[in-house]
Formats: sequence, structure tokens, C-alpha cells
Amino acid sequence: MLFYKLYKDADGRKVGFVQGNEACVEAALLAGMRFFAGYPITPSSEIAAVSAEKLPMLGGRFIQMEDEISSMGAIIGGSMTGKKTMTATSGPGFSLKQENLGYAIINEVPCVIVNVQRGGPSTGLPTQIAQADVMQARWGTHGDHPIIAISPASVSQVVTSTIRAFNLAEKYRTPVILLMDETLGHMREKIVLPREDEIELIDRKQTEDTPEEFKPFATKHGDVPLFAPYGKGYRYNITGLIHDEAGFPTTKTDEVVSLLDRLHSKINDNLDDIVEVCEFQTEDADTLLVSFGSATRSCISAMEKGRAEGKKIGVLQLLTVWPFAEKQIVKLTEKIKNVFVVEMNMGQIIGEVSRCSHRDAVVTGINKYNGIYITPQEILEKVKESR
Amino acid sequence: MKSAIHDYLRPKKKFPHVWCPGCGHGIILASIVRAIEAAGKNRDEVVVVSGIGCSSRAPVYVDFSSIHSTHGRALTFATGVKVANPKLTVIVISGDGDGMAIGGNHFIHACRRNIDLTMIVFNNNIYGMTGGQASPTMPQGDYASTAPFGTLERPFDVCKLANASGANFVARGVVTSPIPLEKHIKKGIEKKGFSVIDVAETCPTIYNFFNKTGNPLKMMKDLKAKAIPVQKANTMTEEELKGKIVTGVFADRYYPDFTTSYDKIIMDSAKRSMKDEESI
Repeated sequence: MLFYKLYKDADGRKVGFVQGNEACVEAALLAGMRFFAGYPITPSSEIAAVSAEKLPMLGGRFIQMEDEISSMGAIIGGSMTGKKTMTATSGPGFSLKQENLGYAIINEVPCVIVNVQRGGPSTGLPTQIAQADVMQARWGTHGDHPIIAISPASVSQVVTSTIRAFNLAEKYRTPVILLMDETLGHMREKIVLPREDEIELIDRKQTEDTPEEFKPFATKHGDVPLFAPYGKGYRYNITGLIHDEAGFPTTKTDEVVSLLDRLHSKINDNLDDIVEVCEFQTEDADTLLVSFGSATRSCISAMEKGRAEGKKIGVLQLLTVWPFAEKQIVKLTEKIKNVFVVEMNMGQIIGEVSRCSHRDAVVTGINKYNGIYITPQEILEKVKESR
Repeated sequence: MKSAIHDYLRPKKKFPHVWCPGCGHGIILASIVRAIEAAGKNRDEVVVVSGIGCSSRAPVYVDFSSIHSTHGRALTFATGVKVANPKLTVIVISGDGDGMAIGGNHFIHACRRNIDLTMIVFNNNIYGMTGGQASPTMPQGDYASTAPFGTLERPFDVCKLANASGANFVARGVVTSPIPLEKHIKKGIEKKGFSVIDVAETCPTIYNFFNKTGNPLKMMKDLKAKAIPVQKANTMTEEELKGKIVTGVFADRYYPDFTTSYDKIIMDSAKRSMKDEESI
């Protein structure tokens, strides 16, 4: 059952007043998602429910799996047939998915994992907001690995971010984490979905080699190997073991190093394409609020209130949380030395901000982790206190 | 004579394989290959999925699309492959530790879901690759590195578990009788819905190390002597069946499978979505 309705506007775009979770599915379908596997968990359950309702209308398929681990396994298996796949969860489920997330990374399987964050650790605050899975998104799965995580701040940004998550997953053949949060997942805002002719969709590049020539992890076309879907005559192996270009297990030291190096370089050599930030009034600012996800909204309000009182506040939203926007922080802190990192956790991304900031910059955390959304007033007060 | 097996080994063979001399895994893998061929499946449309362990190395050696997945999760990857592309024939290879312990929940739910996969359990009652820990099918009282005083727990009967959980086809073969084993696997592949073929076999290296069960030949002979066809077993008392391995077909049903049922939802939804579009 759907709890929202979309209407077509004069330009043929679908518009609606929808939740972040609902918008996520609408955007995923636009991006080409045709398979979803999930498990019930608050506050992400609407994503599964809307997927169950809408996927079959487009010839896609939905499955409710027996647990979080199997949902992650299923979207990897589904992606190997060439479909665009997604799963959605929250903290406890995200913990359970970590091992298979690593499998998707090492086998370069495109897929999107939505984490609608809630308070933790453990069962934590199931119905309340937190942004405390930032470091887990980065380092949750074991071993050296790169990751892409995107964190939208509004329902319409959920639409663009979800489409972008699929595009990055396909382009770089990697799992992409869409880091939402409870407030964003459940609040309603107006969205205008782009028409199909208005969005650029990226599909993973398919091999043109013959099955005899084909190697699933060949580097001859660059750092991102070309894909062959299962069932089309390319009979190859994938494994969670370190593997050679043909996909078979190896312990040869040079092959180990070249796989790990390439997994990293395919992301790290393309930071300009992957890392996206939004700057608000940073040109003349002497105080910078760095944030991500729904906390950004209160930062923008705090900025506006502060500016009305004559305080030159600017805001930097880390739309791409991982890889970290190192270059942007370096540049901004060259001129802005008063930096506040606003996050609804006990201080996670602040470590990265401090690491990248100019040595003269003073980086202070503004944190809230009691399950209640942070307000512009709270941010502004902290900014004033620190002066 | 060149057999089907040679034709299905990977062209750039990944040999020697990891299995010990006298291990039953090769016999089971050969039976799977012959069964796939006998079932007339196009090898391009077959995907073999495994988990972690000695048995789960099997897909590396044979020329199909293959996923060597994570420990216990073969069924989850296989479910994704099958649901995303129901045209594919998906075969799952798992061991008794991989499939019944860490993957036990996926197993009963695959049975309940009755998804069209064929799962072959390489059942040697022990974790071989990690050095001989007690598995969920180890007979009570047998020894393992983690059961130095004999295992206290009672074993799962894979076939009873599958049967009770709703799989369409459930059978048990034994490595010492590869012909009926191959027939069971072929039937499983042809069957719509979830099929489980439990295969009783031996681990002459690790099991023998902890239980002094003898050399590979002796272990094979003992296994053969323990195997009792289900028809005969039905006439025997519980006391007589102690320590025996009952073989044969335990369930052969025709419940609708998941992906076929889902196709109907897609047909209905397409009609409904057209109506929705009009109302916008």
C-alpha cells in the first residue's frame, strides 16, 4: 500500500509531497533499479514496502529476505546478472551487512546500500535520529578498501543523490552507500522528479571481448574492469579471495598488491568526479559550519539567523562523505579559520576535518546525540559561546 | 573414453585441486557435472554458487559461471541470481558446516520460499578446511578439535530439516553409489522449486585424525555398509537404524516455486500501473 501519490505537472514531471524514504525508491526506479532485497528495520522499512509495490509494475523484482545478511548477498547475486540492485537498512542491519559489503567491493559488484541512520550502539534509538554510522560506512567491513558514501540533506536531494549513487556504482563498479537518517527518511517535502529525458544514467560498461578472451578483472581498459552478465556465455568465477585478472584465487604477492592498489586507485584517482560538496555563503565567511545529511539544514538556518545579526557564517555540506572532501577543506580553511563541525554523533567526521584543515584553523565540534534533531538556535549558541 | 567431466573442466585448469587423496568431493562434483549434462542444460545458463570450505572450492574447477561467496551465504547470493534472472539454472554447493550451521537459517528459508535452486550438501560431518571442528551433522559422541571429549550435541538430519521446511524435492545419496546420486541431482535440477540433495561422504584426513576411522578405502567401505535405502529402512526398527544412513528420495512435491509465482505478480502489476498512469 502506498501512502503518497504523484501527480504530473504541466511539464510532464511527476510531483508529490513525499517522505525521504519514498523519494529514495522513486529515484532508484528512475535510475534503473530492477531488483531489491531487504529485511524489515526501522526507520528504513518504507523503502522496502514501496519497492515491493512498485518494482513489479516495471517488470522488476522484490524479495523480502530472511535477514540483513541475506539481503546483501541477494543484491550482489542479482547484480551479477546485470541488474541494478539496492537494499535498505539501518544501524543494526548495516552492521550485519558488512562482510558481504566487502565481498561486493573486492568483486567490484555495483549495488546501492541505503542506511537510514538511527541512534546506536546496538538497538539504540530505533525511531530517532543519529548520524553515528559515518565511520562504520567508511571502515565497517574488514580489510583495506575504498568506499563511496553520499549523504543528502533534503527530500529533493534524496532524489538526486539516489540517482547519483546508482550512477557512481555503475561507473566505478563498486557498492555505494546512501547515508540517510531518520529525520530525512520520514519527513515530507515536495519533490519534482526529473523526466526520463532530463537525467543522465550510467550503465556499467560491458565487455566486447569474446568469451575466450574475456577476463573479469582485466585492467587493459583502465582501472574499472568491463562487465559481462551471468547467463550470456561468459563463464567466469568470482571469489572473495584475493584473485587474479581471470577471477581465480591467488597468493602471488604482485597480484595481491596490484588488485588492492587498483581497487583504491579507481576511486582515489577520480575524486573530482566523485566528491561533491555544497557551499553556502562561504565567499565572505569568517566562520564555517561543516556538516552533512539532515544536520546541514539547521546549519543553513543558523547561518541565515547569524547573518541577520551580522555574523559572517558560511556552510559546507559534505554531500559526498566518503571519499572525504580533503581538497575542499584545505582550500576553505586557508581563509576561514573558525571551523565548526556539526554532526549528530559524539564527533566522527570532525577527525577528518581536523586532519585536513589549515594548521591555524580552530576546529570545534557541535554535537547532539540524544535522539532529537539539532536546531539552528543550538548551533548558533555554540558558535557564540566559542568566540 | 573421454567423459563429460573433462569437457566441463575449466579450460585453464586450476589444478591441482585443494582436496586430499581419498576425499569424496571429486565424486560428488563429477556427479553434479554429469547430472547437469543429463538434464540437458545449456552451460552458459548455469550458475554455480558456493560458500566457504573445502567443498565450496568446487565451482572453481568447473566451466560454469560461478560465485565463490562468503561463509554460509551461498543460498543468499544464489537467491539473488535466480530472482534477478529466473531463466538461469542455479546450483548451490555447500558443506555441512557452511550450509547447516552458519548458513542454517538461509537453508530453512530457501526451503520455505521454495525458490527454484538445487542445493547439494557435501556432508562429511566435520569442518575440514579449518582443521576439524565439530559440525552440526557430526554424530553425537564423535571427536573433533573442538570436541576433544566427544561432541555433546545431536546432529541435524539434513533431509528431515528440508522436508519439514517445505522443499519440493529432498533426497540423500552417498559417494559410494554415484549412479543413484547423479540421478537424484538430475531430478533436483529438473524439479521446479527448491531441491536438496544431501550427500553422505568421508573426510579421510581430518575425520580420521580425530576418530581413527581408518584409511580412505576402509572409510568408504564402512560408509557403504551404513547406507540403507529408504524402502528397506521403512521396514526396520529405530534400534536397527542406529548408525545407519538412510538414502533415497524423501520428498517429491509440486508446490509453486517463488519466481514462477512472482511472474504472475508482474503480469498483474503491469496492468495496474497502466491504470494508474491514466488517472494521473
